[in-house]
Amino acid sequence: MSVGLLLVAWELYANHSGIKPTVLPAPSRVFEQAILNREALVDNAIPTIRATLLGFACSLSAAFALSILVDFFRPLRRALFPVFIVSQTLPLVAIAPLVVLWFGFGLAPKIMLVALVTFFPMLVALVQGYEATEVEIGQMLRTMGAGRWRVFVLARLPSALPYFFAGLRISITYAVVGAIFAEYAGAAKGLGIYMLNAKNNFRPDLVLAAVAVSAGLTLGLFGLTVLLQRIAMPWERAGREPPGTGPRE
Amino acid sequence: MNRLELRHVRKAFGGLDVLADISLNVGAGEFVSILGPSGAGKSTLFQILTGAEHGHGEMLFDGAPLDDHGRHFAFMPQRDALMPWRRIIDNTTLGLEVQGVRRKAARARVAPLFAEFGLAGFERHFPAQLSGGMRQRAALLRTVVQERDMLLLDEPFGALDALTRAALQRWLEQMWRHHRWTALLITHDVREALYLSDRIYVLSARPARIVREISVPLPRPRDPTAAASSRASALEAEILDILLNPQPSKGHDHD
Ligand SMILES: Nc1ncnc2c1ncn2[C@@H]1O[C@H](COP(=O)(O)OP(=O)(O)OP(=O)(O)O)[C@@H](O)[C@H]1O
Ligand SMILES: [Mg+2]
Repeated sequence: MSVGLLLVAWELYANHSGIKPTVLPAPSRVFEQAILNREALVDNAIPTIRATLLGFACSLSAAFALSILVDFFRPLRRALFPVFIVSQTLPLVAIAPLVVLWFGFGLAPKIMLVALVTFFPMLVALVQGYEATEVEIGQMLRTMGAGRWRVFVLARLPSALPYFFAGLRISITYAVVGAIFAEYAGAAKGLGIYMLNAKNNFRPDLVLAAVAVSAGLTLGLFGLTVLLQRIAMPWERAGREPPGTGPRE
Repeated sequence: MNRLELRHVRKAFGGLDVLADISLNVGAGEFVSILGPSGAGKSTLFQILTGAEHGHGEMLFDGAPLDDHGRHFAFMPQRDALMPWRRIIDNTTLGLEVQGVRRKAARARVAPLFAEFGLAGFERHFPAQLSGGMRQRAALLRTVVQERDMLLLDEPFGALDALTRAALQRWLEQMWRHHRWTALLITHDVREALYLSDRIYVLSARPARIVREISVPLPRPRDPTAAASSRASALEAEILDILLNPQPSKGHDHD
């Protein structure tokens, strides 16, 4: 709705302000060009998706493994977190070309950059989620005879799920931006390099078409995480229905 | 025969004296209550018993020092501590699962008890779909199926409305007559203590010490009207008097 209004306003401004369409293309022109160039766009979106997903998978596994370590060995947290915080303040604009310079135009630097921007938010989300475990549940499990690992699996891990998904929703948007940035700094193919080339050829309409594709990509991934959360946490929805009327399988 | 015996148990958190001197015992098949003002240190005592906190003093179970805390007690925390992500049946089997009973066998053991606990038909619900009273019964079911030597119940009905609480107290008294669990109950509801217990220990405000031990010689089954009998009201008046007019204990200034 709000997006629609914005597009209408943009269309009107582009048509009546007198700015040349080669500088500010109207949405209708962007759409037209996107259709015309759909093969190139799809062709360039695929490497971006691949870099996003692979990079995100890497950072997720690393964040998960490290979150467990940190949860079991508290001192580790104080030792490691400053390093990670610094990693978050590195400006992507400066880092991306360097990483490409060091690791080439291939997939590796993209994966690394995506992992770099998503790793810390995921780690923090997980560690915080473990901490959110109800103290009573832990105490009760101990009385039942559960060791630390059992307590982790039975209580701390599931308690972290809402935090995990909140982190996932934020990180997935960072991931797409990270991949595009990496491609911008140098790549054979990808939405980032496509944008750069379009800009250099004075084709803002194609830049915007690529932006639209990346936005759609982000929205799609975001929707996927929402869907995943629904599947992984059925009790959340069940809890919103009044007592006694829930699903009975 | 004494099962649990505490002698001069003390506990301080940093500079804060919480438990000053707690000595008590619970016999086999006996229902004992600890009655005390809010913040006295009642939950802290359970934390020491379950090993979550370390306390000073002597603690014996069946005459032997209490070391492996988990083995003897089935503990019901003050909040129900149901896991929101587990269905009710899987919440109630939790203790058995931790003991190593297979999920299927654990479910088979728990399932027949659902009717007795008023939870029949709600096995596959999530905790958020249950009323407060049902959640407490589910938490109690999870506690008793562990078949430990003794139940530790921390204000099981504290968070409920008066009507539900009265209903659950009646229900628990009935259940106890069938099962004769050895139980230690924490409460700050005088009537609840009188209605359910064989004996009551009355605690002072923090730092807590036992100010009175009261036997409750009321006949069982205790129908709720008996709680209104003259004997019960005399005991209730006595306990309220202790709680509301604390005697300054020697060697300690109340703040
Ligand atoms: N881990 C802790 N660290 C520091 N102080 C604590 C800790 N646990 C409890 N206390 C303090 O000990 C005192 C007794 O707490 P406790 O929970 O045992 O009270 P209680 O008698 O169970 O009260 P209520 O009836 O309200 O549940 C409180 O003043 C509390 O602030
Ligand atoms: Mg308490």
